[in-house]
Amino acid sequence: MKVQLGTPSEYRKRSRILFMLASTALASCIVAPFIGPTPIQWDTVFDSTRPFNENIDAQIFFIARLPRALAGALVGGALASAGVVLQALLRNPLATPFTLGVSSGASLGALLVIVLGTPIAISALPVVPLASFIGALSAVCIVYGLSRYRRRGLSTTVLLLAGVTLNSLFSAIIMFVQFLADPTQTFQAVRYLMGNLNVSGYSPILWSLPLLIVASCVFAWLPRSLNLLSIGTESAASRGVDVTRTQRMAFLSASLATGAAVSLGGPIGFVGIVVPHMVRLMVGADHRVVLPASAFMGAAFLVICDVAARTLMAPQELPVGVITAMLGGPFFLWMLIRKV
Amino acid sequence: MRYQSFQIIRTLTLATIVTVLFSQNWIAAQTGSQAQTPNRIVTIVPAVTEMLFAVGAGPHVVGVSNFARYPQAVQRLPRVGALLNPNIERILSLGPDLAILYGSQTDAIEQLTGAGIEVLTYRHGGITDAMEVLKELGRRTGRAFEANKIVANIQAALSAITDRVSGQDRPRVLLVVGREPDTIRNLYASGGIGFLHDMIVAAGGENVFGNILKEAVQPTAEALLALQPEVIVEIQAEGMMSVRQSPRHQNVWQALSAIPAVRTGRVHLLAGNDLVVPGPRLAAGTGRLARILHPNAF
Repeated sequence: MKVQLGTPSEYRKRSRILFMLASTALASCIVAPFIGPTPIQWDTVFDSTRPFNENIDAQIFFIARLPRALAGALVGGALASAGVVLQALLRNPLATPFTLGVSSGASLGALLVIVLGTPIAISALPVVPLASFIGALSAVCIVYGLSRYRRRGLSTTVLLLAGVTLNSLFSAIIMFVQFLADPTQTFQAVRYLMGNLNVSGYSPILWSLPLLIVASCVFAWLPRSLNLLSIGTESAASRGVDVTRTQRMAFLSASLATGAAVSLGGPIGFVGIVVPHMVRLMVGADHRVVLPASAFMGAAFLVICDVAARTLMAPQELPVGVITAMLGGPFFLWMLIRKV
Repeated sequence: MRYQSFQIIRTLTLATIVTVLFSQNWIAAQTGSQAQTPNRIVTIVPAVTEMLFAVGAGPHVVGVSNFARYPQAVQRLPRVGALLNPNIERILSLGPDLAILYGSQTDAIEQLTGAGIEVLTYRHGGITDAMEVLKELGRRTGRAFEANKIVANIQAALSAITDRVSGQDRPRVLLVVGREPDTIRNLYASGGIGFLHDMIVAAGGENVFGNILKEAVQPTAEALLALQPEVIVEIQAEGMMSVRQSPRHQNVWQALSAIPAVRTGRVHLLAGNDLVVPGPRLAAGTGRLARILHPNAF
């Protein structure tokens, strides 16, 4: 069955917005590395005759700036689309990628490594992202297991309650770990919770990329079912949607994307809730548009926020989570007032 | 919910840490009554504990911080909590006549003064501030002579180090206080105020963040590359479980191989509380730093 995206004029408008957002995301990734507080010589940066080890300008461009822009785009895109999927799955506009316990699981994993240290050196893998991914995975398993317990389907109510409870539980353990740590470690831990895209290299990005690709493939398959699901599970089922399977795929893919994003950039708040709503104000509620549009907008938004994070107070770094809320909050309120 | 509770932890912890780390005052009496020489002293500040033992008031110390490790004699003393978790009940049960707390522990200060215990408050500062604290502790414990002698010794040792390295070029130094394990993410370095900055200067180095008037600075990777430090020193407290083995911590820096210090292999890890506790061992810590900055002068 071919489904039209509204009337031809709406279709054109939505494609235009989608194209515009995609170009903005791409442009922000390309332009971001060229912006920074240090003046660098562009002919030196791209001079391949100089050894990279001695080329400060090239390292500033290729290590200090470019990976951050790429990581920002991936994290922003992943969090925003996970937000869309979870808001549809839970039929709750306040749902965020962090609602179901994934990020507090990830934070707990990361904090345990920061505070307790690692007794064994795992070569090649940076320990904090790995630990946070394991933490995220455990949280997902617990929540998913609980929501399926003694039921044939997947209960979104149990999912939501289990997630929220797990969040509180993990937060309490996080506070306890912080309490046990000495002040310098506590400071590190607090700083971790504000998010930081300073990845300084491409290996963390490459590690998270396969996970994000898998999640995106599932996301691509979801929108039509999500549209029907957001009307109600029964009417969706009557129109041929395999409700349980859709819910399961939605939950697992959103969790995977969130886990990968948090292990890459830490728990960066605000992107996952506000970007989807901004997009809905622009394009309406059709997930076939909202989902890709949110991914692009989330990517562009976080890349821009990260440029602000590393330039506003240079040579010091501002927590990117502070910027997302400080830039995004007022902007969203302005959009809200303008639309109402 | 989660976000809110994180924000609360963030705000509270940051507020406490910021007040402790980023303020300049040193030590002040909370009660007006200048009682006679205290007999039972509780100190929640490891630096002050070291100072009390140095001036010879050690036998009067009856309670110390959870993080106090020096001198050896503190190992068997009761622990009364630390910056974020002072144990008032424990402190009261020890029956002290003088308690030395961090200036930011306002609730604890109020409770103890309310219980009629004299309280001195402490804040971190530079080397000069630490010397003033030492002298004040000497006065309060009736050991002004010893305290002044120790201060004079420390100052003499510091100027001996400074004299020794004075003819040399001053290398640009990045002093790393902490970072995320295995990466340079969330790295904190010494800014232009505080005892660590003073130690870099006394050891004959130039702090790359000397112009930022904060104790701790979180720089971007770009800043680390652009400022081109010639020596990187990472300091670490004793007994921390997150010990970073040398080859591993060298590898972390290879990501920024254009930094002169990394290229020339001058990345060092210094573990020891003489570098993180601004107490009587300041000169020893400064000496270790100077040996790294100027290996030829020693």
